[in-house]
Amino acid sequence: MGAITNTVAQVREMTEEKYKYGFVTHIETETAPKGLNEDIIRFISAKKSEPGWLLDWRLKAYRYWLNMSEPRWQKPQFPEIDYQDAYYYSAPKSMSDKPKSLDEVDPELLKTYEKLGIPLHEQEVLAGVAVDAVFDSVSVATTFKAKLEEVGVIFCPISEAVQRCPDLVKKYLGSVVPYTDNKHATLNSAVFTDGSFVYVPKGIRCPMELSTYFRINAENTGQFERTLIIADEDSYVSYLEGCTAPMRDENQLHAAVVELITLDNAEIKYSTVQNWYPGDKNGRGGIYNFVTKRGACRGRNSKISWTQVETGSAITWKYPSCILQGDNSVGEFFSIAITNNAQQADTGTKMIHLGQNTKSKIISKGISAGRADQTYRGLVRMGPKAAGARNYTQCDSLLIGDTCGAHTVPYIESKNKKALVEHEATTSKISEDQLFYLRQRGIDEESAVALVVNGFCREVLQQLPMEFAVEAQKLVGISLEGSVG
Amino acid sequence: MLEIKNLHVAVDGKEILKGIDLIINAGETHAIMGPNGSGKSTLSYTLAGREGYDVTKGRILYKHQDLGEMSPEERAGNGVFLAFQYPVEIPGVPNTTFLKEALNAVRRYRGEEELDAMSFIKLVRQKTKELGISEDMLKRAVNVGFSGGEKKRNEILQMAILNPVLAVLDETDSGLDIDALKIVSDGVNALRSPERATLVITHYQRLLDHIVPDYVHVLANGRIQRSGGKELANELEEKGYSEFAEAAE
Repeated sequence: MGAITNTVAQVREMTEEKYKYGFVTHIETETAPKGLNEDIIRFISAKKSEPGWLLDWRLKAYRYWLNMSEPRWQKPQFPEIDYQDAYYYSAPKSMSDKPKSLDEVDPELLKTYEKLGIPLHEQEVLAGVAVDAVFDSVSVATTFKAKLEEVGVIFCPISEAVQRCPDLVKKYLGSVVPYTDNKHATLNSAVFTDGSFVYVPKGIRCPMELSTYFRINAENTGQFERTLIIADEDSYVSYLEGCTAPMRDENQLHAAVVELITLDNAEIKYSTVQNWYPGDKNGRGGIYNFVTKRGACRGRNSKISWTQVETGSAITWKYPSCILQGDNSVGEFFSIAITNNAQQADTGTKMIHLGQNTKSKIISKGISAGRADQTYRGLVRMGPKAAGARNYTQCDSLLIGDTCGAHTVPYIESKNKKALVEHEATTSKISEDQLFYLRQRGIDEESAVALVVNGFCREVLQQLPMEFAVEAQKLVGISLEGSVG
Repeated sequence: MLEIKNLHVAVDGKEILKGIDLIINAGETHAIMGPNGSGKSTLSYTLAGREGYDVTKGRILYKHQDLGEMSPEERAGNGVFLAFQYPVEIPGVPNTTFLKEALNAVRRYRGEEELDAMSFIKLVRQKTKELGISEDMLKRAVNVGFSGGEKKRNEILQMAILNPVLAVLDETDSGLDIDALKIVSDGVNALRSPERATLVITHYQRLLDHIVPDYVHVLANGRIQRSGGKELANELEEKGYSEFAEAAE
């Protein structure tokens, strides 16, 4: 009897509870009534004390959304989402008085971030990284704000940016991802709650890494964050986002929008470590991660680089893209996607070459284990004016076991004879030979898998900011635990 | 140290080893010679615990423990090392990373403290120097793009770092030119000590000119057909294996 109970407990530990971020913070919250209608949108807008133009924009998006149908071209299919059965605003009650400093923030909230490994007291955080911490629908705290302001860099919650620099927000919000883009992005435009805003002024190299940590806590609540980053001429910024959520049996929707804009000679490096709750091993629960991320290289010689490590979520639907408008601009996409158990991912990028001599590079590494299914979907488009443009794409898939799947769907469209597109793809399996070789040297099976997979992903891991590369490597190992043997 | 008793091993249901008896004491070097298909590699994989090599009868005792009860990594932790005939490529994993992971895994198993980065680098530098291996090989991905000789030298480097109790060398001489053969043999000889034992598996006698064994066994048709001193190797070189192949019919 005892032995059986023990085994059951162990098995559970081996599978679901490996997700160490699955805890819930018990805290009093203020939520909007359940469901979605114009009143809810007015409620959110009023909560954020928004100007009329923004409310109008939200309502326009909402009315447009009502007549849109969900994208169904992706490989993962899911039941119809009941949008009326969710909450669109949830915030810790303690945040309604707008704490002026960390000392006024509810200690429960600070504890949550500490537990997640993201301490918010400046003296404790990673040196050289500023953090904006978003909890459900609000930003809890932003560190190093003052230090950044000394050089003119604005890094704050987008709700605050609407008050502080409305002209910038008005000019750029929705300029890369219009409110009509796709059903998930349109919903975000109508109900977005918080997210980060970054403006790097002319000629400034942002002195520290900027980072946002997104946490979904409340039940039945969607998270709809909106991030907007503008790099003015000759500037540079590196930004990283991380995400986690508690373990719950029902699916939760996360529909974010990220817009990046680079002007002449500017560069944005955007990295993501996505570790939303993936559901249990039978595919129950988990986050629907339906995200629209797009950057516009508006200026000459500008550059946008996306790096993503996607290990979480029940379903990932995400295509961080670059619109290469400025001549000589550069777009990059480096991706690691790991799907285990019943997870599904349909992810990739779009590189839209409009300007002359624009260049793009796509390196995608997909790893599937368990019964997971993964698709790389990418578009490379060479416009009629993109003379001298070049793209290089490399898609590698690694399969662990024989019940998972990997698919590569590249779309290539070229309207210019002087543009060059290259595509390479490989699919391989972790071989018995490799695992036995490593185990013969004393390395246990799970560590052996992690080592082989880390080797497979190396090119992409090297793109991550140093502070996060080690964490990401560990995450790669953890995500694949239980995938062999 | 190693006691193999009436060992029968089947692969895919087919019996390959048909009753092997072999005793190896600490300090000894044994050579197993035999024609292709005689079961030499099956023996080395069985000692290392590879899946699919099923012991159907008999047992292997190693330091008075039943080796068959241990996973490959536990055997490695206990000091069993196999130098592979065909070392495996691990793309993207730098050789140093692999060596460090392996060494620390084995040290953890033995209840020793893990080596930090600095002490590890010092150890690796010392070993590469002793073995005449270029440090450039450390930065490259494990065995990827290595020549045949480099792969075998890399096996010996791993052996020197992991410091095994029982080293099994499976056809370590295959594909080596005479210079590489010398480096590899010197590496193996340097590790010979009263506490350690070596089992050299080879098709050709020439390796045994460099690594001189205490005992030579002829394996054919899944059984040890004859055992003797190092002079047996010379006899085999002259007469070939045909006698044993016939004897086994």
